[in-house]
Amino acid sequence: MNFNFISAKISQKIMNSIFLLSGIITLTILVIILAYILIKGLPVINLEFIFGQVENQGASGGIFPIIVSSLYVTLLSVLISTPLGVGAAIYMVEYANDGKLTRIIRFGAEILASIPSIVYGLFGLSFFVIFLNLGWSIFSASLVLAIMGIPTIFQVSEVSIRSVPSIYVEGSYGLGATKWQTIYKVVLPAALSGIVTGIILGMTRAISEAAAVMYAVGSSITMPISILDPGRPLPLHLYILATEGISLPNAFGTAAVLVIIVLIITFLTNYFTERYQNKMMGK
Amino acid sequence: MEKITVEHLNTYFGDAHILKDINFKVAENTVTALIGPSGCGKSTFLRSINRMNDLIPAFKCDGTLLLDDEDVYAPEMDVVDLRRKVGMVFQKPNPFPKSIFENVAYGLRIHGEEDEDFIKQRVEESLKSAAIWDEVKDKLDKSAMGLSGGQQQRLCIARTIANNPEVILMDEPCSALDPISTLKIEDLIHELKKGYTIIIVTHNMQQASRVSDYTSFFLNGEIIESGRTEQIFVSPKEQKTEEYITGRFG
Repeated sequence: MNFNFISAKISQKIMNSIFLLSGIITLTILVIILAYILIKGLPVINLEFIFGQVENQGASGGIFPIIVSSLYVTLLSVLISTPLGVGAAIYMVEYANDGKLTRIIRFGAEILASIPSIVYGLFGLSFFVIFLNLGWSIFSASLVLAIMGIPTIFQVSEVSIRSVPSIYVEGSYGLGATKWQTIYKVVLPAALSGIVTGIILGMTRAISEAAAVMYAVGSSITMPISILDPGRPLPLHLYILATEGISLPNAFGTAAVLVIIVLIITFLTNYFTERYQNKMMGK
Repeated sequence: MEKITVEHLNTYFGDAHILKDINFKVAENTVTALIGPSGCGKSTFLRSINRMNDLIPAFKCDGTLLLDDEDVYAPEMDVVDLRRKVGMVFQKPNPFPKSIFENVAYGLRIHGEEDEDFIKQRVEESLKSAAIWDEVKDKLDKSAMGLSGGQQQRLCIARTIANNPEVILMDEPCSALDPISTLKIEDLIHELKKGYTIIIVTHNMQQASRVSDYTSFFLNGEIIESGRTEQIFVSPKEQKTEEYITGRFG
């Protein structure tokens, strides 16, 4: 912007304030949403709510099978999407020559990331549930979530692997390491905190999905044991409680549990990746 | 006994002809300095010896480059083994973001060494040979990234020595270091000469004259003159060499 009519000093101050204000607004929105959910939800939460079985379709009782369903689909989906996403990122940086193919793969990942989750859900129903005959199950839902998570993990990992300084790579080759030894022992450890960030982004997206899993996971309120059992993750439970008018307080309780789980995952991984990073860099 | 013999070596990056008809010999357990202005091809030449240029897809070369009597560019040459025998120290200290110990143990581990006692002993010997043992012996499990630049460079030399190489290539190893660290590395080169054949690229004329037995002067991808270091610096045969050494260009 060009503020010719005011001095550079004043325009500097105005821009400072605008950016500061955007920061404050963002933070305020976060605080308001978190506070609202926790104020409405926390009163419902007690040991019985967390560890109890679902009763009366969720109007009473607890949400233990729901929490287990959520952790189940999230972990399983990340187990599937991580090797694929990280593998594709390694291929892009270390093996592929930059050209048409890499551009197509990168573009494909962008498109994959922008497909609405309900469309993924519908695909999951017709492909995994019906065509592959996996049924309404934790496994079908995990596959849908895994496909959704791949582009995130891939994109973040690629940036992170690409930013590993080439002097490390040269040092490794200079000592007679093979390509795979260099990738495995030098590149991946140096890129680890970035890769973990990608996995966490994929995880928090997976754990927050209702639309993508609603056609694939069934809607069972009993405890899922095998990966072929149906289940009902937290967001789906919350959606059903609210839309079917079963219990708004319990919907908020469920939302609060979901938010707390996401916060725990985020804080823990940030803590550990930072510690790892500091140890590597000798801080 | 010649350690390295180069005859009619030409190298190319794509269409660019970088090194032109290089003929060069290095005797065992000597230090050879490669001098010349930036972009003259001395680093490219250094990286031809351990085939680091292979990492650049457009690289091509012809001619002969012998290590002892083995052709470095022969199809049956094992590049992994070559780079173990011909170690390299880079311009910018590049320890891995790992502990000091693991940096030195890296070469042993990738070549399949599993005996932890042997690795321990070898790491200690290598750090001693690189004159850095006393400074790091109490913090071997700390990250190498916490060391000063000069210490990092000596650690990189230790890392190279741990592989028990025959030749050590140094690509301007002191250009990122302060004068005191530079002197330490130069002293180290004098020590290392007893057991290794060293080729060092340097921009620093004084350094070349201090550390090397032989010097080759590169210009525009050609070797203008090679000879004993005193001869090159005191009575160069070529006018170009004299002009460069006396600082008239470069």
